[in-house]
Amino acid sequence: MSEPLLATRGLTKRFGALTVSEDISIDLRAGEIHAIIGPNGAGKSTLIAQICGALPPDAGDIHILGRDATRLDTRARARLGLARTFQISALAMEHTVLQNALLGCLGARGTPWRFLSDVLRNGHLRSRAEATLERVGLLDLAAVRTAELSHGQRRLLEVAVALTLEPKIFVMDEPMAGLGAEGSRHMTEILSNLRKEAPILLVEHDMDAVFALADRISVLVYGRVVASGTVEEIRADPTVREAYLGEDA
Amino acid sequence: MIRERTVNAAILALLVAVPAWAQWADEPFTITLATRVVIFAVAAVGLNIALGLGGLVSLGHAVYFGLGGYAMGVLASHAQNYSPLMEWPLQLDGTKSMPVIWLTAILSSALAAVAIGLLALRTTGVYFIMITLAFGQMAYFFAISWPAYGGEDGLSIYVRNSFPGLNTLIPIQFYGLCLAWLGVVLFLNARLARSSFGLVLTAARQVPQRVEAVGLDPTRAKLVALVISGAITGLAGALFADLNRFVSPTMLSWQMSGEIMVFVILGGVARLFGPVAGAGIFVLLEHLLGGISEYWQLFLGIILLLIVLSGRGGVVGMLSGRGATHE
Repeated sequence: MSEPLLATRGLTKRFGALTVSEDISIDLRAGEIHAIIGPNGAGKSTLIAQICGALPPDAGDIHILGRDATRLDTRARARLGLARTFQISALAMEHTVLQNALLGCLGARGTPWRFLSDVLRNGHLRSRAEATLERVGLLDLAAVRTAELSHGQRRLLEVAVALTLEPKIFVMDEPMAGLGAEGSRHMTEILSNLRKEAPILLVEHDMDAVFALADRISVLVYGRVVASGTVEEIRADPTVREAYLGEDA
Repeated sequence: MIRERTVNAAILALLVAVPAWAQWADEPFTITLATRVVIFAVAAVGLNIALGLGGLVSLGHAVYFGLGGYAMGVLASHAQNYSPLMEWPLQLDGTKSMPVIWLTAILSSALAAVAIGLLALRTTGVYFIMITLAFGQMAYFFAISWPAYGGEDGLSIYVRNSFPGLNTLIPIQFYGLCLAWLGVVLFLNARLARSSFGLVLTAARQVPQRVEAVGLDPTRAKLVALVISGAITGLAGALFADLNRFVSPTMLSWQMSGEIMVFVILGGVARLFGPVAGAGIFVLLEHLLGGISEYWQLFLGIILLLIVLSGRGGVVGMLSGRGATHE
């Protein structure tokens, strides 16, 4: 097995007496989707925040592409090749769809410190942004203000902005949140194709999507990984059924 | 409902036509009023870059305005007294040359903005406002208590500073200089808003967490915006001091900061010609209502209230029939 692109070892985070992450060791290997599931309050968002650099862990470390990234900030991790999506869309609502995609292009390998030339007329940057929008099916809406997009379209734009970074690792925080059955199917299809480019650490509530997409699943309960394995293993695991799927073993 | 571009063109036409008429009708006071409008507009364009693009509510822009004013006052007073600015390690004389004064005003304001920004940008919201206000008050009381340059009484300069090839004492010529500067800073503002930097800056105002997630530094973008903003307002300060041939701590007062902000809000935040319209309306009201009542600012307050309550797009927004550019 190749070396994991993303790995946490013994990650621990406490808020006062409450332990929200307890000795979490997970990894993400090339070409896979590793889903993190767990009931509300299990510490999924806290885990994501630590992996992306928004929250420092109390103990343990995080390795990105083999490098110890525990002390790197969000920006440095992004530059290493980690792209995240947000649970609640974090898009510039006043900007057009294209401008949101361009921001990602500027961040990844762009030239953000240009003061006088029109960014929309930067052909190279613009064609990259448009190509990304086309992949998620938003190219027709490129000139539309993001505030006017539907919820589902915003979720797609979230993914598109992450894509513009041409990352080595995706970390996605509930990309299906609030999507209907149709939107969820569309997103599932997109994510399924993405894993070939870069593996995805996927936090998701939509169980149909998780079982359709994931190569591996880890189950988080009260800040601890209680089970980890393939989809079949997790489906069959009695602890998981009891703790999470809500069935008596 | 007319488009914003038409409104902008009309404002520009007024800035040319009114002084041209005043020159023809021999009304130098009108030219002086127009010069005031243009200089205030330059100062407000400066603030609009921080406020409109970067969302930075700076209630301390009088620092830069005053610094620019004192850059003019200090340099020109040394020149008029034939006393060097300093003798060691090298002799530095004052100057009456506008280009040198402008450069000094721009650089000193930019430096001040770096220092203020590094501290103030650690905070957001109301704390940011308070810190910028505090810096403004520090500069104000420092100027009052420092006797070398007039203290509370300020500094008078007998003859307006010079610009190669022009007689700046002729009102219309000085007006032309100021109008040219307004054109330059408006051009700069327009280009900035559409540039890569403008995109990052406006995104940093709306979703700083997103800007970080793509690997860019939202705070640095805001700092650069504040420096550009301060430098432009500082330049306006130098022009204003030259218009009055006088600089005093009043230019550093928080009322001045408030007035610059009123220009922007009156005209329309984040709109290119908003600060110009705002400065124009302010000076006009000050002149017209000021003649009727000492309490003219009461009417200004009511007008400001109506404009802000009616949809946040300022006068330019109302005229061009487009809603607020901000959420």
